[in-house]
Amino acid sequence: MQHTHVRGEGLAKGLGWFSIGLGLAEMASPQSVAQLVGIEDGARTRAMIRGYGARELANGVAILSRPDARWLWARVAGDVVDLSSLAAALQRDNADGRKVALGLASVAGVMVADIVAARRLGSHADRSPGLEKRKDNTLRVSKTFTINRSREEVYGFWRQLDNLPRFMSHLESVELLGNQRSRWVARGPGGFKVIWEAETIEDAPNRSISWRSLPGSQIDNRGTVRFDRAPGNRGTELRVLLEYAPPGGRAANLLVRMIGQSPDQVIQEDLRRLKQLLETGEIANSSGSSSIMQPAQPTGYGEPRMAGGRR
Amino acid sequence: MRATCWMGTGRVEVRDVPEPKVINPHDAIVRITSTAICGSDLHLLDGFIPTMQKGDVIGHEFMGEVVETGKDVKNLRTGDRVVVPFPIACGRCNMCQSELYSLCENSNPNAWMAEQMWGYSPCGIFGYSHMLGGYAGGQAEYARVPFADVGPLKIPEQLTDQQVLFLSDIFPTGYMAADQANIQPGDVVAVWGCGPVGQFAIKSAYMLGAERVIAIDRFDYRMRIARDRAGAETINYEDTNVYEAIKEMTGGRGADACIDAVGMEAHAANAWHLYDKIKTNLMMETERAVVVREAIMCVRNGGTVSIAGVYGGFMDKFPIGAVVNRSLTIRSGQCHVQKYMRPLLERIQNREIDPSFIITHEMSLDEAPEGYDKFLHKRDDCLKVVMHP
Repeated sequence: MQHTHVRGEGLAKGLGWFSIGLGLAEMASPQSVAQLVGIEDGARTRAMIRGYGARELANGVAILSRPDARWLWARVAGDVVDLSSLAAALQRDNADGRKVALGLASVAGVMVADIVAARRLGSHADRSPGLEKRKDNTLRVSKTFTINRSREEVYGFWRQLDNLPRFMSHLESVELLGNQRSRWVARGPGGFKVIWEAETIEDAPNRSISWRSLPGSQIDNRGTVRFDRAPGNRGTELRVLLEYAPPGGRAANLLVRMIGQSPDQVIQEDLRRLKQLLETGEIANSSGSSSIMQPAQPTGYGEPRMAGGRR
Repeated sequence: MRATCWMGTGRVEVRDVPEPKVINPHDAIVRITSTAICGSDLHLLDGFIPTMQKGDVIGHEFMGEVVETGKDVKNLRTGDRVVVPFPIACGRCNMCQSELYSLCENSNPNAWMAEQMWGYSPCGIFGYSHMLGGYAGGQAEYARVPFADVGPLKIPEQLTDQQVLFLSDIFPTGYMAADQANIQPGDVVAVWGCGPVGQFAIKSAYMLGAERVIAIDRFDYRMRIARDRAGAETINYEDTNVYEAIKEMTGGRGADACIDAVGMEAHAANAWHLYDKIKTNLMMETERAVVVREAIMCVRNGGTVSIAGVYGGFMDKFPIGAVVNRSLTIRSGQCHVQKYMRPLLERIQNREIDPSFIITHEMSLDEAPEGYDKFLHKRDDCLKVVMHP
């Protein structure tokens, strides 16, 4: 859980190394680059290519030291400069049209990779749909899944709150205290626990359930789950909205850390397990799906996986 | 137990690994009697499939005897002889209930990985990367089979392993390729690739009413089997222009349906091969797309291109203009094996087809590396390797 792999980082790093390689080549041997892409060699061309080389080198180092969408967008800008230089070269008589066209195609291809990497890195930051960090620091996660079971069944299962730890990875237990109250125990790495009491504030049979933590809780949170009939006889559309309002306390921060840097992904996996449980009666499990990446070999241990779905 | 493990690009080894146990209530453990190397396993060997881990047990075409069942398994008993389909499917989700078993929503515990790459996840598959479930595969002495009530098909005693083993994947895969090609009586169908799936696609096209089937490959021994055993006419793309040849053979119309039984590592005898090779090596595309491009160009106006070959990522120069302006239909998908197994078993029982005609090599499981080598490099006229643990 300490290290979360950032989506798009691998591609970005590859492009960073590509930048460095190309930059070195352009600086060390501008004449061969000119020849390779079919433009006329000369003092001005060489100076221009050296300049581009320096740009590539700087850009590559920047990407590798800190894979950030901005540096990838800088590469896209560089690609545009390269493309226009090549397009200009194509106009001249002494250019090798076939080679220049090939160069154009290559740069365009790389540009696509740059855009993909930049968009992936950019989207990871905080624009993930279903996850919202508000100005008051409230963390809001909303997720939806279709479950091929009737609303009555899905509602009935959720309403029995002590079922939640069967599919919610960060919950150890939910104890029903009666009188709409419940005691929740969440657990994290190293056996660290967060405990709070909650009350059910709304219970509309087969439609929705809402709850919120009671004053004095280690973490201030609330949640709503809605059950809608899916069109076309496809069961129930389940929508979950969770809000954590960290009062700045240690427990709240730890809980957020516990459910990882991408809480939306954790909730997504929780609901996926709920779907599996309700539709099939079991949670899909392979030896290669434990939270520590290991080879897909029979392990023989085989306790159902309850740890987070994402490393 | 002994199991074939992926040990990195270009390396498979038979190693000792723990024996599987029942984990979930719908699991069964199968003692494997026959298991085959699939053309798609070669994509693993060549490093074309992402999210493989060193040590992964591979193999997804297998059959054997049930030796243990979970407490909720109703349809199987210890001692049953079964063929196991390669897609793992729960039978309960919306996709399974629409008979789209390879899109099962509940069998891939690593669905999030596939969602990152493809938007939504297909089912889990035995021994075929962590993105597709991280399940240990079936080129081994034993396998754990989840949802055992849904997948495994019981086999009558009088049929041999060799006759029924390919119900696990390639016979239904070839059949579905033809089924999705919208073949009408009198149609001319072109099939790229005379590997095992191609051979079954040719046979299936005839079963579904094709009048002529034209098969494209470059290996003489494979084309000979396509002609002699499957009844196709053949084109060697290394010495013939495929587009011109098909046009000529169809009175200038083009093929009514084209089937791609090759996939992501296609070869071509022209500059396209170099183009795709360079772009895949530079990681600028992930597929060598020559067959898809050619199939689209060769199909008649309003025809269907059916893709059975495996693709995983992104390809370049996809001729979308031909698809749109010529009203083409493209169908594809990993095979929904569970849907096709029973009717195809009946065809085997009725002696309409004996799928064992493609087997060229049988060996022990310990010889797996040699089997992979023969199959990959087409040595010794290898078309299909079956191993017995």
